[in-house]
Amino acid sequence: MVAESAPAQALRACVQQALHQARQQGATAAAASLERGEGLTVAVRLGELETVEREQDQGLSITAYFGQRRGTASSTDLREDSVARTVEAACQIARSTEEDPCNGLPDEERLAFEYPELELHHPRDLDSDEATRLALQCEDAARTDSRIVNSEGAEVRRYDGVRVLGNSLGFMGAYRRSSHDLSCCVVASDGNGAQERDYWHSTHCDWRKVQDPETVGRIAAERTVRRLGARSLSSCVAPVLFEATVARSLLGHFVGAASGRALYHEASFLLGRKDEQVWAEDIRLIERPREVGGVASAPFDAEGVETQERVVVDGGVLRGWFLGSYSARRLGLTSTGNAGGVRNLSLETQTPALSWEELLQRLGRGLVVTELMGQGVNQVTGDYSRGAAGFWVEDGAVAHPVHEITIAGSLPDMYRGIVAVGAEPDRRGSLQTGALLVDRMQIAGV
Amino acid sequence: MPNEPVTDGAVRRYLLDPGELTPQTLEQTLSHAWSRACDYADVYLQHSQHESLMIEDGVVKDAAFTLEQGAGVRAALGEKTGFAYSEELSPGQLLEAARAARSIAHGDRQARLPQSSSTPPPAVCAYDNPLQELDMERKIALLREVDETARSLSGEVKKVTATLASTYEVVLVASTEGVYQTDIRPLVRLSVSVIAERDGRREVGGYGGGGRYGYSRLLEAGAPARFAEEAVRVALLNLDSQEAPAGAMTVVLGSGWPGVLLHEAIGHGLEGDAIRKGTSAFTHLMGQRVASPEVTVVDNGTLPDRRGSLRMDDEGTPTQNTVLIEDGILRGFLYDRLNARLSKTESTGNGRRESYAHQPMPRMTNTYMQAGTHSPEEILASVDHGLYAVGFNGGQVDITSGKFVFSASEAYLIKNGKIAHPVKGATLIGDGPSVLRRVSMVGDDLELDEGVGTCGKDGQQVPVGVGQPTLRVDELTVGGTRMDGG
Repeated sequence: MVAESAPAQALRACVQQALHQARQQGATAAAASLERGEGLTVAVRLGELETVEREQDQGLSITAYFGQRRGTASSTDLREDSVARTVEAACQIARSTEEDPCNGLPDEERLAFEYPELELHHPRDLDSDEATRLALQCEDAARTDSRIVNSEGAEVRRYDGVRVLGNSLGFMGAYRRSSHDLSCCVVASDGNGAQERDYWHSTHCDWRKVQDPETVGRIAAERTVRRLGARSLSSCVAPVLFEATVARSLLGHFVGAASGRALYHEASFLLGRKDEQVWAEDIRLIERPREVGGVASAPFDAEGVETQERVVVDGGVLRGWFLGSYSARRLGLTSTGNAGGVRNLSLETQTPALSWEELLQRLGRGLVVTELMGQGVNQVTGDYSRGAAGFWVEDGAVAHPVHEITIAGSLPDMYRGIVAVGAEPDRRGSLQTGALLVDRMQIAGV
Repeated sequence: MPNEPVTDGAVRRYLLDPGELTPQTLEQTLSHAWSRACDYADVYLQHSQHESLMIEDGVVKDAAFTLEQGAGVRAALGEKTGFAYSEELSPGQLLEAARAARSIAHGDRQARLPQSSSTPPPAVCAYDNPLQELDMERKIALLREVDETARSLSGEVKKVTATLASTYEVVLVASTEGVYQTDIRPLVRLSVSVIAERDGRREVGGYGGGGRYGYSRLLEAGAPARFAEEAVRVALLNLDSQEAPAGAMTVVLGSGWPGVLLHEAIGHGLEGDAIRKGTSAFTHLMGQRVASPEVTVVDNGTLPDRRGSLRMDDEGTPTQNTVLIEDGILRGFLYDRLNARLSKTESTGNGRRESYAHQPMPRMTNTYMQAGTHSPEEILASVDHGLYAVGFNGGQVDITSGKFVFSASEAYLIKNGKIAHPVKGATLIGDGPSVLRRVSMVGDDLELDEGVGTCGKDGQQVPVGVGQPTLRVDELTVGGTRMDGG
């Protein structure tokens, strides 16, 4: 169990109170969650302090069940009378909506009545002066390159939050999580009026593992300067190498299509594809929600269901979905502990992962994508068409930067068409993968 | 204190009375935030009620009610801003937030709020609370009508989802520049999504709309049936769609929501923060030709009942009709107070914030192109080969390079001046500062969108409107999957 501070106990009491009131009002079951957090953000720009922001957030959410009818209400006001009104609102909604046989709390045996300490809480006593100093260091490092002519600034943020979740089956869980962020965004000019902008961002729950300010600034500058001189391409069909930073989005589309609602609503290109070859043969997707100190780790999901390590794709074959209790019941399955999302999903390859140089060699002649734009992804059909920027590669070497192009194809073809995976995964988010090389896509340009 | 009785009552009831706040408390808060070294301080109180209700597979469920309230306090000194907020509307928490906000400077300075009435800006909508307008049974009946209409239209309709959402928001802004303004901002939206299936192929169609009024207005306008019909029409159409072409070609954009082009291609690049910092591709283009002479674009927050309308922005400045491009020449930028002050100009009433927990910045309201002289038929007939795009999902822009995208959800191939057949959705990409120079024909059919747009910037979401007449753009890159383009 998590060691608790006095305020955390007060939050538990508030959750208990809300559950108790829901039962008093006739709810047959109820769940309540409370989040509270406090943070500091300091932004600098062009060597000067720009913003100091103090954050202080709180919110209570209560779900009441009247048999198989459900109502949800939430409030940022935690005064006693307001909590009572929120509970009342949830109960009132539950009484007047319709029965859905799949509604209800999670199955009791799946609840995380015991859970491990995942070491997600690493508070840092960082005041605004020290945060300013770090941000200035970061931006200065980015501005040492003479082609960097302007800046959107550098930002340091710390946040410290607690989450408490309880339900009327007697589950009560809490964990604390901190997050520490450092980011920098700069503008480069080619001297002829064309400007490019790019950024870098480092994040971790443990501040000791955030990249140092100089590194973040240097990467931001490198990513920006390398875009100078970009031009469009002639439309063509070519292999496309997604840099790790953007390859993550391909995992995101997969998770969306493999999630409960997309499946029971038949809004997924993965419908009926369980136990079929969906990815290239050497691809494995593993979710590790209880990774100690992991960026998206959690001991239980948004309903209190135990999270667990599992293989979702093995040898390219789709083995599992991402389900909460409701969608699991709709599909006649059991919850996978994914209410509230996916946690540390990692793409791994059973063949050796390649270094960046090896990937370029393997690409030969084609496109490296470093930025994607727009919402042109259709989860129902898998059709894919997005704006892109990056580099054109000839004979395994970068020829020139490109912009104002689109790349298009279909996600099922792209997943099966992965011919190489990069060795250096981007682990800054809940979706983690190295670069991905897709055998062919349609590129549209001038 | 100024302001009219309707907003006054709501402000007392929701913002002041529960935490025993008074105009004097606000004066103290401002005085505390506004140190001798500061240029400006403001306090923003907000109470927001939100409800949503969804029908899925014929069952009304996922009903939720959300109450959000709090206060944000801001202090500014040159380009420096201190900002803090609190969920609690009490004198103690306000002073605490003021103390945190002014951490950029030191020492108190006495602030005075206006003692005599100043005229509030004219209302852009009625002030009724949409959440209280209909009882639950009638809201459920409305969603049922959507569901039943959609299913009745075609046996190929397999899934229907409809969401009804409404917000009732009460705000108060007071600043050291003598602003003391209040506002009530209702907002409703009905959105419909359907999935149709034929021979194992599934396609989606969606439609929605709303504005700053109550549910009864949606009912009077026949929205439930009409939105269902539109969503079904698009889904069935997409079942017949062929691959979209790939490459640069002539594109005809339909009227209304395709105006998202303007929002992405030029709107964001004309926001005063990017202009002041010199990070926008439009920074040095004021007074220059950025569009063909037929093109005039405005940002107008004063239109009655529109989703993007406000009588005042979140800094208490009245909204206005700002000309951005006049006859093809760049004429205006969009400002909030901070960026206007630093740029030695006036706010255009575009200082908006997602909530008390966010800082205001320059944002669009309703952005649209004025009508031209060509009929839509004439425009289509002028194109030998190209794309006709009438439905879009949304877009994105890189304001520094000027490159923007927007993704079509309903589009057709044009052959020899006629619509040939529907094509699959595709992303279009272009260059903001140059794309409007390639507008060769502007239609006479100006329409504003139905009321679905939400704009995201630096993590803050605000409701916006867009609009335009039918347009011919001589060259735009279309991201389809079929190369020959024929």
